Amino acid sequence: MKTTFQRCFILLASVLLLGAVACKKKLKDTDIQANIESVLNADPDMKRTMVIVKDGVATISGECKDEACRARCEDAVRKVEGVKSVINNCTVAPPAVVNPPVSDALSQAVADAVKDYPTVSTQLNDGVLTLTGEIKRADLQKLMMSLNSLTSMGLKKIESSGLVKK
Amino acid sequence: MALQDKYRELVDAATSVGVKNLQLREQNNVLYIEGEASGSVKQQLWDIYEKIDPDYSSGDLMLNINSVAGVAEGSRLKVTTNNSNLNIRSGPSTNDNIVGKAARHELITLVRKENDQWWYIKTDDGEEGYCFTQYLTPVA
Repeated sequence: MKTTFQRCFILLASVLLLGAVACKKKLKDTDIQANIESVLNADPDMKRTMVIVKDGVATISGECKDEACRARCEDAVRKVEGVKSVINNCTVAPPAVVNPPVSDALSQAVADAVKDYPTVSTQLNDGVLTLTGEIKRADLQKLMMSLNSLTSMGLKKIESSGLVKK
Repeated sequence: MALQDKYRELVDAATSVGVKNLQLREQNNVLYIEGEASGSVKQQLWDIYEKIDPDYSSGDLMLNINSVAGVAEGSRLKVTTNNSNLNIRSGPSTNDNIVGKAARHELITLVRKENDQWWYIKTDDGEEGYCFTQYLTPVA
């Protein structure tokens, strides 16, 4: 009688356990993937990532803003129900490059600025402006003011020497 | 930060007079000081710069103080050329044709800004076109 009861109990327990495992297994990869996607999409820093789930293993790829974001992304995915493990293939985005303005615009702006000083010659090379020639001391500051304002157009440096004749 | 020491007086002045959006950075041995201020503050800073480097020949500072950022459309401007008339052009560059002239010390009106170098203006006689901002001074 006792053994029968024990057997019954074990059977029942096994069924329950199996059921529980089966329930857990019921989460389809596609469902897990959808859940992960909604997590990733909610964070603007992770918008450019993608996820694929196969047998509960989530592989994330794409671009994260920085290293912290990459780690956060992995943690967030790991916490999603049904995820067994995470393969993090995300890359970190290179720092934003500010496109220098078209150098033609800069050359033209330099030409405009020195137009009234015909004795000054200019040479522009990769954002570095070299001034040669001659200028009156009284005009030098005004010219320099105009040229320095071209920093906003990508001018990096002004080299000159002996512009004002002693 | 040796450059910040060399131009300490300038950096301190820019900070204490309250240059708007003040940006300081050092890159490839050039110190960049950028921001917005009135024309008189800009002049004050440039005079300090000139005191430190009278010939502006060190090649280690770019002082970009924009004194025209705060000027609103419709503002009156004075033509501040050295001695000649100011050209009014059909487009925003010296390659564009001269379509008119404004006399030295004449007052004109800002219509709109093309960029920090070129503004579209209108004279009281109805002449319109682009002028180089270097020769325009806002009238308070």
